[in-house]
Amino acid sequence: MKNAVNREIPDELLVNGREVFQGSNYRDGIRYQKAAPKVRMRTSQLDSKVLPSIVDAIKAVEFKDGMTVSFHHHFRNGDYIVNMVMEEIVKMGFKDITIAASSLGTSHDPIAEYIEQGIVTGIQTSGIRGKMGEVVSFGKLKTPAILRSHGGRVRAIEQGEVHIDVAFIGAPTSDCYGNASGKGGKSDCGVLAYADVDAKYADNVVVITDTLVDFPNFPASIEAVDVDYVVVVDEIGDASKIASAAARFSRDPRDLLMAEYCAKVIEATPYFKQGFSFQTGAGGPSLAANRYLEPILRKHNITMSWICGGISAPAVDLLNKGLCECIVDTQDFDTVGVASVHTNPKHFEISTSQYASPSNKSAFVNKLDYVILAALEIDVDFNVNVITGSDGVLRGAPGGHPDTAAGAKCCIIVTPLLRGRMATVCDSVVTVTTPGECVDILVTDYGIAVNPKRPDLLEALQKTKLPLTTIEELRDIAYSIVGAPDPLPFKDRVVAILEARDGTILDVVREIEPLK
Amino acid sequence: MSNERRLKRLRRTMMFLSAQRPGLIKDAYIYGADSLMIDLEDAVAENQKDSARFSLYNALKTVDYRGTEVIVRINALDTPHWQEDIRVVVAGGADGLRIAKCETKQDVFTIVEAIEKAEEEFGREPGSTLIMAALESPLAILNAYEICTACPERMIGVAISGGDYRKTMGTKYYPDGYEIFAGRANMLVAARAAGVQCFDTVFTNLDDEEGFRKEVQLIKEMGFDGKSLISPRQIAIVHEIFAPTEKEIRDAEKIVRAWRENEAKGVGVFTVDGKMIDIAFIPGAERVIEMAKASGIYEGDL
Amino acid sequence: MLLKQPAIAGTLESSDVQVTITPQDGGVKVEVDSTVKAQYGRHIEECVRETLGNLNIDNALVKVVDQGALECTIKARVECAAFRSAQVEDNYPWGGAIK
Repeated sequence: MKNAVNREIPDELLVNGREVFQGSNYRDGIRYQKAAPKVRMRTSQLDSKVLPSIVDAIKAVEFKDGMTVSFHHHFRNGDYIVNMVMEEIVKMGFKDITIAASSLGTSHDPIAEYIEQGIVTGIQTSGIRGKMGEVVSFGKLKTPAILRSHGGRVRAIEQGEVHIDVAFIGAPTSDCYGNASGKGGKSDCGVLAYADVDAKYADNVVVITDTLVDFPNFPASIEAVDVDYVVVVDEIGDASKIASAAARFSRDPRDLLMAEYCAKVIEATPYFKQGFSFQTGAGGPSLAANRYLEPILRKHNITMSWICGGISAPAVDLLNKGLCECIVDTQDFDTVGVASVHTNPKHFEISTSQYASPSNKSAFVNKLDYVILAALEIDVDFNVNVITGSDGVLRGAPGGHPDTAAGAKCCIIVTPLLRGRMATVCDSVVTVTTPGECVDILVTDYGIAVNPKRPDLLEALQKTKLPLTTIEELRDIAYSIVGAPDPLPFKDRVVAILEARDGTILDVVREIEPLK
Repeated sequence: MSNERRLKRLRRTMMFLSAQRPGLIKDAYIYGADSLMIDLEDAVAENQKDSARFSLYNALKTVDYRGTEVIVRINALDTPHWQEDIRVVVAGGADGLRIAKCETKQDVFTIVEAIEKAEEEFGREPGSTLIMAALESPLAILNAYEICTACPERMIGVAISGGDYRKTMGTKYYPDGYEIFAGRANMLVAARAAGVQCFDTVFTNLDDEEGFRKEVQLIKEMGFDGKSLISPRQIAIVHEIFAPTEKEIRDAEKIVRAWRENEAKGVGVFTVDGKMIDIAFIPGAERVIEMAKASGIYEGDL
Repeated sequence: MLLKQPAIAGTLESSDVQVTITPQDGGVKVEVDSTVKAQYGRHIEECVRETLGNLNIDNALVKVVDQGALECTIKARVECAAFRSAQVEDNYPWGGAIK
């Protein structure tokens, strides 16, 4: 059955109430019963929840075949937790395991092996890259991977579509009761926003830390009342890969050209007024837009009310200069972001539910004015792909992209027209991860296109000297330079399902043959 | 465009890029420089001169530079490369070439002779390949007027090349510009006397925006037509500083309008805001308006 | 054109392509390794063959390691490698065999 973004969704997936995507607000306002975890009561005295090892924790939660385990991705490419826990589960002989992570990356290459061995049979994540992306794309995972946005993951857990048996939560600091924080320790990641929903909805919660601190470890991101066990290990991550050195603005002239266009687009559109809210992705041009925004803010004597999302030096800089009232933080990308959330009282940690979930009573993203996001591909219907590469292999992450695009009043996609020989503006994206109806403006190095459903924004931009064009024109320029690509040799089998924020099916990814 | 128009076109910014780097030459026009200066000389290693030519030729043949002028810096006359460089520039159909280390009018003659041969060989219109000369030594500066006038039908103008000039003068870069002032000034006087354009040298420290702005302001005040650049990041700054002020634009508009009205009536001398105006003011006023248009700040209807 | 020796042109930088040509009997053989092989592998091989055809090269082994180069770059690198292999260093046939 074709869905609202014109994707053919196989009927066999449309079971158990699953529907095809029917527009971003199709489920707006529905009521639902929240799922709830199975909790073990504790009436007796207890000095400590600390267990000697991960193996002991796996035993203590009475781990079984077929269980679903969850992880967060605050340690980014420096994460040791996923591999450490999965190694023990596999060694103990368990099978048919589903990993439900907030995201997975190249540091988790060893998991690919467990997929090929048929031990890990389900993957639910926002990001999937490296070897894991390859083996899933090549059809080695027993069930289709389910890929969700950050907000969509919270929704799926709250609505009971994902039931987590054991959440393993890596924490930079914890006390003996499991009051855990993203701050301090050897693997400081600033916040633990993504793990909030895991702690609240998993049947069993195991905190793993390398820095045990005095009780109570307050303020705590993960509260001890939700935690069954605490395990102390030598290292939970590689600090240098958890928070990189201060993010610097790109020096690439192409990035800067596009960043400047983005800032001028913001300046010219109607939501640019005192107290507007703002988010940027972590890509070169998105991040660099902050730099061009600063003089524009000063020129008009305007300050922002809040910045949200993944935080790095440019956002902190705006906060410190008084150009932004506060930061609401779900992830820290660099040491500057980490340091700021420790010390600046105007820099707040929020949960992923607060940030982006479509299933609560309104998240921050629903109040966003501007978001600037990247894309691997964008097609003439403004559909965006941030998950499959030009070879058809899974190597990306929807992350907060679909959530912020849906929520923001003005969603700006910024991407160079060409990456090497790949046209980023194309006839039809390989995979739809963000529906075109949520995208308002496309900024490229060859010009700016406005979604025809936003004549108001087009009119505003026509008053500027920005290089306006149409998305079809951009596609034509791209193809005239690189040539029209051959179609990718996909097979029939579905290897991954792209779930829209509301749980409907936005697209599927099919198996692809490895290149010889 | 007629050769006359081509020679006089606006060249505030001439951006260097290496012919050897495919990622750069494929679309450098997107940054909005007035001219692109594709380099076969210093930016290309000695053992890659051939490769750079193939790269240049194919770029010239396939890339739509959308009206941006493309000039190629060829290797100097004391190298074994310049003849083949000229063949490929002419065959590829670049707008023109820049003679590196040009010192005498004889150098210009030598180059022009090779261009003429190449234009014939590749069936290009005789005279269509423009030239400009880079002056890189005291001798070149002293010969500037002869160089500027050596080939009026092809000569765009002259550019001072700071690196080699400073070296041959026994000095180095100083922020105040005194070390190169004599070179700049003498070249500029010669170029203006010959009626050709005049371009300043590159500014290499990309982190020193203040220093760059100061230098651009200086050369604008001196009367240069433009500047050679090493990075797209420098383009907007030059265009901003070269942009005429609102008052300059208004005055220029008044002069041009008054001229058109009076010319129709057969009046050659008239006054605007109490100042006497005749035909001598017209090219200057038109240039201000052209510059305002190029800078994207002109909103009138001339 | 007669190839005399193995020759190489281009780099492994992004948007570039490294082309190695080796004289070899038995027709033209092209081996393509490319970051965009799935969508452009066929285009790349066609471009190599057409460029060699223009140069009248009927026998050669061509290895292409492509980092997403545009067609004009692929053609330039093939031409450069071919002329290096043939030991021709000037008076190139611009606009002739080099289209």
